[in-house]
Amino acid sequence: MDVAELLRRNRESGLLRFVTIGSVDDGKSTLIGRLLYDSKSIYEDQLSSVEKASLRMGREEVDLALLTDGLRAEREQGITIDVAYRHFATPRRRFIIADCPGHEQYTRNMVTGASTADLALLLIDAKLGILTQSKRHAFIASLLGIPHVVVCVNKMDTVGWSQEVFERLRREYQDFAARLHIQDLTFIPVSALKGDNIVVRSQRMAWYHGMALLEHLETVFTGSDRNLVDMRLPVQYVLRQSADFRGYCGRLASGVIRRGEEIRALPSGRTSRVKSIVGPDGELEYAFAPQSITVCLEDELDISRGDIVVRPLNQPRVGRELEAMLVWLGEEDFRPDKPYLIKHTARTVRGRFTRLHYRIEPEELHREPAEGLKLNEIGRVDLELFGPLVFDAYSANRTMGSFIVVDPVSNATAGAGMIIERAKGHGAPERVGADAAPVSHNITPHQGLVTAEARGRILGHRPAILWFTGLSASGKSTVARSVEKRLVDSGHLAFFLDGDNLRSGLNRDLGFSAADRAENVRRTAEVARLFSEAGAIVIAALISPLRQDRANARAIVDTQRFIEVFVDTPLEVCEQRDPRGLYKRARAGEIPEFTGISAPYEPPESPELHLAADRLSVEECVDRVMAYLKNEGCLGGPGGAPSGGGAGRRA
Amino acid sequence: MHETYSLTNLQQLEAESIAIIREVAAEFENPVMLYSVGKDSSVMVHLARKAFRPGKIPFPLLHVDTSLKFPEMYEFRDSFCREIGADLRIHSNRASLEAGTNPYDLGTQKCCAQLKTQALLDALREGGYDAAFGGARREEEKSRAKERILSFRDRHGQWDPKNQRPEIWEVYNTRINKGESIRAFPLSNWTELDIWQYVAQEKIPVVPLYFAAEREVVERDRLLIPVYPGARFLPGEKPSRVMCRFRTLGCHPCTGAIHSSARTIEEIIAEMMITRQSERITRVIDHDAEGSMEQKKREGYF
Repeated sequence: MDVAELLRRNRESGLLRFVTIGSVDDGKSTLIGRLLYDSKSIYEDQLSSVEKASLRMGREEVDLALLTDGLRAEREQGITIDVAYRHFATPRRRFIIADCPGHEQYTRNMVTGASTADLALLLIDAKLGILTQSKRHAFIASLLGIPHVVVCVNKMDTVGWSQEVFERLRREYQDFAARLHIQDLTFIPVSALKGDNIVVRSQRMAWYHGMALLEHLETVFTGSDRNLVDMRLPVQYVLRQSADFRGYCGRLASGVIRRGEEIRALPSGRTSRVKSIVGPDGELEYAFAPQSITVCLEDELDISRGDIVVRPLNQPRVGRELEAMLVWLGEEDFRPDKPYLIKHTARTVRGRFTRLHYRIEPEELHREPAEGLKLNEIGRVDLELFGPLVFDAYSANRTMGSFIVVDPVSNATAGAGMIIERAKGHGAPERVGADAAPVSHNITPHQGLVTAEARGRILGHRPAILWFTGLSASGKSTVARSVEKRLVDSGHLAFFLDGDNLRSGLNRDLGFSAADRAENVRRTAEVARLFSEAGAIVIAALISPLRQDRANARAIVDTQRFIEVFVDTPLEVCEQRDPRGLYKRARAGEIPEFTGISAPYEPPESPELHLAADRLSVEECVDRVMAYLKNEGCLGGPGGAPSGGGAGRRA
Repeated sequence: MHETYSLTNLQQLEAESIAIIREVAAEFENPVMLYSVGKDSSVMVHLARKAFRPGKIPFPLLHVDTSLKFPEMYEFRDSFCREIGADLRIHSNRASLEAGTNPYDLGTQKCCAQLKTQALLDALREGGYDAAFGGARREEEKSRAKERILSFRDRHGQWDPKNQRPEIWEVYNTRINKGESIRAFPLSNWTELDIWQYVAQEKIPVVPLYFAAEREVVERDRLLIPVYPGARFLPGEKPSRVMCRFRTLGCHPCTGAIHSSARTIEEIIAEMMITRQSERITRVIDHDAEGSMEQKKREGYF
């Protein structure tokens, strides 16, 4: 094969970065060793050094884990203590593996490894099942927004290659993962030790019809994971070559920039046009993320390192206050009110955390009130900055939505933050924009001394929000009303928020445009949150047709409390029912933007509850909702709050 | 016109490396780029030129010279740096050289500690450099696989693998106190094959020793040890002319060649595709003890 052919292949193959996460003894290092070994990515001398080491340590066969456990200390302890990066390539793709340690005290290394990954490979020991560690790992993968997650159920050889075990673990894990934000979740039964389903399909698990792990890694589609819409160029370095050359160097965080287009520099807000773009090989007509480029402008603007170049009609937020999920990585505990340095893209500003909303307990995702955060703990915080920052939400833009926290005294990297969509004190985020002046609302929410859960205990249940979504006339309100009745009849404080009722009161200023629908969902979610914080089980029924809006609702309320219920009735059935003649009028063009007819409905991808309402009776639907609540411990039962009125009451 | 929005593997690596080089140049007062004359150094300098084009590289290059490098390397170094107009600084451990330090009498490890590690630490201190770029790659060696892209060194230039700063996303913590420093590795994610493919694609000049030729060597333990003035051999060892090339370049007494007939970069790449040995096998020094690279790195070696 000639070099030209090689380079061509290289061009087509691309790069996949993945992180491997597992508990101690899940066999993670063995799995990586197996991938490297079976894909023939190990050199002879590396193998012979591992053979020598295996012999010295008295192992019977070559210990493939030794290929990946690099440092002497960890070889002696037999555990991985730091992220190690491995490389291998197949004709289809080149891979960079971040191999992450699994024990709890090294969560910070896992965050390191996961932060740049396209895909996370989580390991579960088939024999031991899903440990609290496994849940923590999935939670961090979801928190860091890794788009693809593959769960390898390992050591299938120890459970007799049993399909039943695999299916049980899969179901169990799916139930847990439904409460997380994972776009793409795949399960593969493997044995790293024996090599089953790693590189080639296992003969011993003929019941499994999916791909072997390597094949999956080679083919998983990552093309749409990149944000090519929102142009953001953080200025890293200003190049002043001569009197007539001033270039702004940086790596595009997202989007596409074109020669001749109008740009705006933030936070200053000054505008100009792109005169030229210099790429690594000379001048370009356009450039895209993640290219490193140098941009020259028509006008001389005072732009410096840390500024962000954007399009005037597509701007990020500029502000001194933001809300974020924070992973604490410092040896010294996190303290609200201590000033820290915040590094975001190429800008470093001082700031302090004004409020810790709660700490998340990562195994069961409970939210707990907390005074501070210790090493490896995760919480939701408000951050006040002493200078303006230009940012997007992490969910929309990894680079523009992330920051690190540096301790100004020890210089340690003390935290990693992910900015949350919702601006503190703002309306729906899409309404912020045109005027990008720094904003400060000086609103400081006070945290009460009592949690929603504590109030719920008085009522003998756990507060929850059942969010019914579905087409008009799908039966949402009918089922919701019956659920409310059943709950109250059985002694629970339940409250039904009906979309139409709200629209005739609180939301009567809103129409049906996308922006108004988003605002309708936001207000309803805020009201639902208040009621649930008061301890009630809230039932909200809104068409809420867009995934993004429902995700916003989930973010506004409480992931832990939010239960998405998809009332799935086919459009034909709804149209046939048409109790108020709305479909007929929509078909006739009398009602614009009618969901299902002239406006889209995006069905939920992984709702907590899916009701096929055209095939179930109302009673059956209510039964399912009640069973779900009971199962989740909302109504009591084993380990949960006691049901009924009196038992949970405090003296 | 059809527009593409995808990058090749090499373009992705290139974009990432350039961003790292710019970040360090922007955040530190007095950075320096270690230049060891080898292929990785050639690529790193090439990337630095691209990062600041049409400007010049805004920091000096530093060659830590053991005086035991191959003559071809000195020749190449001087002409290459002249051609690109680089500000090249050279540092040697003079005291140690004058005392006659050599790997034959002292052993490879101690010689390295004197002429490389000590010389490097002295050069960084004397130059007052707060950041030093190195061309190390994670793929090269096990302990390097754990290295951060920006790696913190204490006042004594030491690395503590158990207490590394977490490196999240591509946001680098560049804060240090006076006397401390950062080692930056812009080629962290490149493999040997990437390097050669990039050398071919960009037509980057490299030392001719990488290409096969008939050379005077002595064969010992599957290594071909080159015969240069001052080289010492064991009793009974006879030099012969062998078609060979060097996969890595270090000091001539401690660097072995491999049997090869690859005379062009294309042939080297073809050879790479079927090779079954890692490149560090040609460094005599790494055979000293299991984990020797980690030990050297802890003490301040690159």
